[in-house]
Amino acid sequence: MSTTTLEQRPQPAAPRVDAGNAQSLVTLTIADQLCGVPVLSVRDILGEQPITRIPLAPPEIAGSLNLRGRIVTAIDLRRRLGVPPAPAGTPRMSVVTEQGGDLYALLVDQVSEVMTPPASSFERNPPTLPPSWAEFCAGIYRLNGRLMVVLDIGRILALSPEG
Amino acid sequence: MDDLLVEFLTETNENLAELDVALVRLERTPDDGQTLSLIFRLVHTIKGTCGFLGLPRLEKLAHAAENVLGRVRDGVLPVTADLISTVLAAIDQIKVIVNALGATGAEPSGDDAGLIALLDAVSENRGQPAAAPVAVPAPTPDPVAAVAAPVPDPEPDPAPVAKPVAKPIPEPEAAKPSAAEPVADAPNSGQTIRVGVDVLEDLMTLVSELVLTRNQLLQLARSQESASFSVPLQRLSHITSDLQEGVMKTRMQPIGNAWAKLPRLVRDLTVDLGKRIELVMHGADTELDRQVLELIKDPLTHMVRNSADHGLEMPAERRAAGKSEIGRIMLNAYHEGGHIIIEIGDDGQGLPVDKIRAKALAKGFATEAELAAMSDNQILRFIFRPGFSTAATVTAVSGRGVGMDVVKTNVERIGGTIELTSRPGQGSTFTIKIPLTLAIVSALIVEAGAERFAIPQISVVELVRAGTDRDNSLEEGEPVVQQVNDTPVLRLRDRLLPLVKLNDLLRLGGGAETAGDARHHIVVAQVGASLLGIVVDRVFDTEEIVVKPVAPIMRHITMFSGNTILGDGSVIMILDPNGIARATGIAGSAETRAADAHSNRAELMSSTGSERTAMLLFRAGGSEPKAVPLGLVARLEEIAAEQIESPTGKPVTQYRGRLMPLIAMSGALDLSKPRQTVLVFADSEQRLGRDRCMGLVVDEIIDVVEDTMSIELAAELPGTLGKAVIAGKATDIIDTGYWLLQAFNDWFQSSGKSAATGARVLVVDDSAFFRQMLAPALSAAGYNVTAVSSAAEALAFAQHGVMFDAILSDIEMPDMDGLAFVSRVRAQGPWANLPVIALTGLSKPAQIEAGRDAGFTDYVRKFERDALLTSLRQCLAAPTDTSLAV
Repeated sequence: MSTTTLEQRPQPAAPRVDAGNAQSLVTLTIADQLCGVPVLSVRDILGEQPITRIPLAPPEIAGSLNLRGRIVTAIDLRRRLGVPPAPAGTPRMSVVTEQGGDLYALLVDQVSEVMTPPASSFERNPPTLPPSWAEFCAGIYRLNGRLMVVLDIGRILALSPEG
Repeated sequence: MDDLLVEFLTETNENLAELDVALVRLERTPDDGQTLSLIFRLVHTIKGTCGFLGLPRLEKLAHAAENVLGRVRDGVLPVTADLISTVLAAIDQIKVIVNALGATGAEPSGDDAGLIALLDAVSENRGQPAAAPVAVPAPTPDPVAAVAAPVPDPEPDPAPVAKPVAKPIPEPEAAKPSAAEPVADAPNSGQTIRVGVDVLEDLMTLVSELVLTRNQLLQLARSQESASFSVPLQRLSHITSDLQEGVMKTRMQPIGNAWAKLPRLVRDLTVDLGKRIELVMHGADTELDRQVLELIKDPLTHMVRNSADHGLEMPAERRAAGKSEIGRIMLNAYHEGGHIIIEIGDDGQGLPVDKIRAKALAKGFATEAELAAMSDNQILRFIFRPGFSTAATVTAVSGRGVGMDVVKTNVERIGGTIELTSRPGQGSTFTIKIPLTLAIVSALIVEAGAERFAIPQISVVELVRAGTDRDNSLEEGEPVVQQVNDTPVLRLRDRLLPLVKLNDLLRLGGGAETAGDARHHIVVAQVGASLLGIVVDRVFDTEEIVVKPVAPIMRHITMFSGNTILGDGSVIMILDPNGIARATGIAGSAETRAADAHSNRAELMSSTGSERTAMLLFRAGGSEPKAVPLGLVARLEEIAAEQIESPTGKPVTQYRGRLMPLIAMSGALDLSKPRQTVLVFADSEQRLGRDRCMGLVVDEIIDVVEDTMSIELAAELPGTLGKAVIAGKATDIIDTGYWLLQAFNDWFQSSGKSAATGARVLVVDDSAFFRQMLAPALSAAGYNVTAVSSAAEALAFAQHGVMFDAILSDIEMPDMDGLAFVSRVRAQGPWANLPVIALTGLSKPAQIEAGRDAGFTDYVRKFERDALLTSLRQCLAAPTDTSLAV
């Protein structure tokens, strides 16, 4: 993933929020960080699933799983965001999303409720965000005592074969 | 009505509907290059099809519209409302004509000169001509015509700053239904109905799910043994299978359907271009998915047109180049693994690399330095770039740089690839590989590194459990894994197979070397014409699987042809043996295809040319490496000194119950060595009573490498064919024929080398051993050798009109023997007068007589290389008396 692609891409989440519409987000945690993805882009939430390893695939790809007869490519969000892997045996949940007719499961530590934070609490990425996060972060919400990172699913799925 | 016309009408109406929408979109977003390309291609397609259906009115109109669009695409003209209106007016006029065509089956009379003049004016960017407000078409109260009217307003500058976009928007909606209706009821009133592909697609998905659920149920039932379920389950199973088959059938069509238009196209091109062209089609019954078929139809047409226009030369040029006046375009389709391969080849002049390079530079696709670093093949690939066209003039046939770009886009859209080979003066071949993404196949489930994988049953030849040579409990003749300099090979009966370990290949870690079981599970897989052993940890059952494409992010892993869900609900990857072979460098697919009788001629003619051959490297009598094609070596053995006897002064050893003569390459056996390394050459065909072997004693085995075998220096030493560069070193290629003669016949007369003639010789022999032996021996003597394994294959050549100067044929062959073959050759066709030399192991006078009666020119015993060369020389020098007509 090069920075050029990053610049070329429009920022889908930010303008919508600027327009004053509050956005509903599915909240999830990755390595204790609260994150959110737009609820409309989520197809399914799954508990721990058997995942088949795919040899030779990029490291971010955890494997594939079966969702009611459809094959879903599982992406390890911890790896994708450059966070150290979870301790072995920790159960993980998946957020399933669709892109270009293919299904992808984002493996996260925990999925919690859906919330609609006020648009006024939205902030653009602070420039000091580490690059590994900045690339996939479409902005931040200030919540009570916590910050929620809005994940840009399009960019998370824009894996190049070289990883 | 003509089938072609009906098809044209449906297709054109679809295109027109799409055009309306696209044109309006373009007006709104004039910078949208993709929409512009789409519009251009659609108009181009309409023009092209009209051209060959003989619809001059439509063609002229479309051509004029295309000119305008071409200028827009080149950036000469800006997109303006006026321009779009003019093009839309042309599209509407096309619709009117198409509708009339649908109603009456003929182009309505009429004149579009006004409209064409208008289009030309726009295209030349000059002021509007005095033409009357666009020959308003037909009595239909078409709203677009009204929009077209404002075009000729006397505005001198056709590029006004942002003319209001709003004006032309409403009409496509209005125009579409009027275009679509007449088509819906005109054609297709028979026993068929048009069903949307998406409906079939949905059905297919549902059936796939049903198959998986059925499999799951069957698996459950197996463990439950509940009799009450078994009967209905059985029925469910049958019905599911039938349903599956039925739905598959609705989607499958022979590729011949897509080719049906081509003969006529080629005939018309023959007239238009003044060339003589023959179209050869093979594998027309190869079935493929309807959707895939639709998508490759246009590309195929484009490519055939390109071959005819650019590839093939004019008759006079062909004659001057020593080729037959009749150019040939070859289409070939076949299944390979989970793919369909379609080849489009011609025997024309090949692609002009220099011109393409110059053009790429001129178009700014690459810099001089970049081009200098590119291989010819990379440069050739520029023809797939949008906006590239090598034809100096734009003709009605092809050459606007739209063709190859469309071809590539369409092929890649269905997950396929396109390859291109070209040889100057010999022609070019495009190879399209399309995955069979929707097939349900039977697959073998295996395990490696704790993961399960599916291997399509169609490529599995057999399953073998093989020990290693360290295992003493092995029976003689059992399959065994041996090492050639740390590279494992499988010795299976009379063959050596390359081995790959799935664990290593897929970097799974762990694996086969479990202490308890030293035996390997090996899946012997067919890769083209060669075999490959895949070492796995375990082998399970076979299962019916639905091949699903892998996610785009993993498409680059060529080892997988797809993935699937098993009966137990788990996801597994489907292995592609072809991909594995390629990844490991075993058996390039080019080699395997060359062996296929259906392959195109350019490839066939090069069967001893530049393909990669696996070579066994060894040392014997000197430090220089020597090499022999691995395919010729039956086995590698180590023979203990005490097992070697010399009853008649010549060393022999007891080998598999027979005496095997041993020949030392270095001249004499070094009897001080405790063990001798021996290459065993065998030629056994039990059915025909052939069974001999000999051992060639060498000093040391070095390696097995895959390289092209092109002999560069003629032989200096007896017993070698010459020198070739293999693995970067000058290597002697040994002449197995010579050494076999040493073993079976203790004399050898060195003969003067025959003058290199370049004559084309066809070798017909069912024994791969002899083919491999003869081909290098004859090439070294300067002949151009093509070897085939059966009379049928040889006759296929004759049907294609491939010419040779002489034929060498075996007598004893399965199916059609040499005598029947020669009778067929003599009976008719271009080969009737060729010298045909019989090769035989047995030469009894009666047999020779029978052979001469059947039509053989001469009779030569196998192994007698010099006699063969002499005979060939004589036959070619003095034509047979029947050959007066040649």
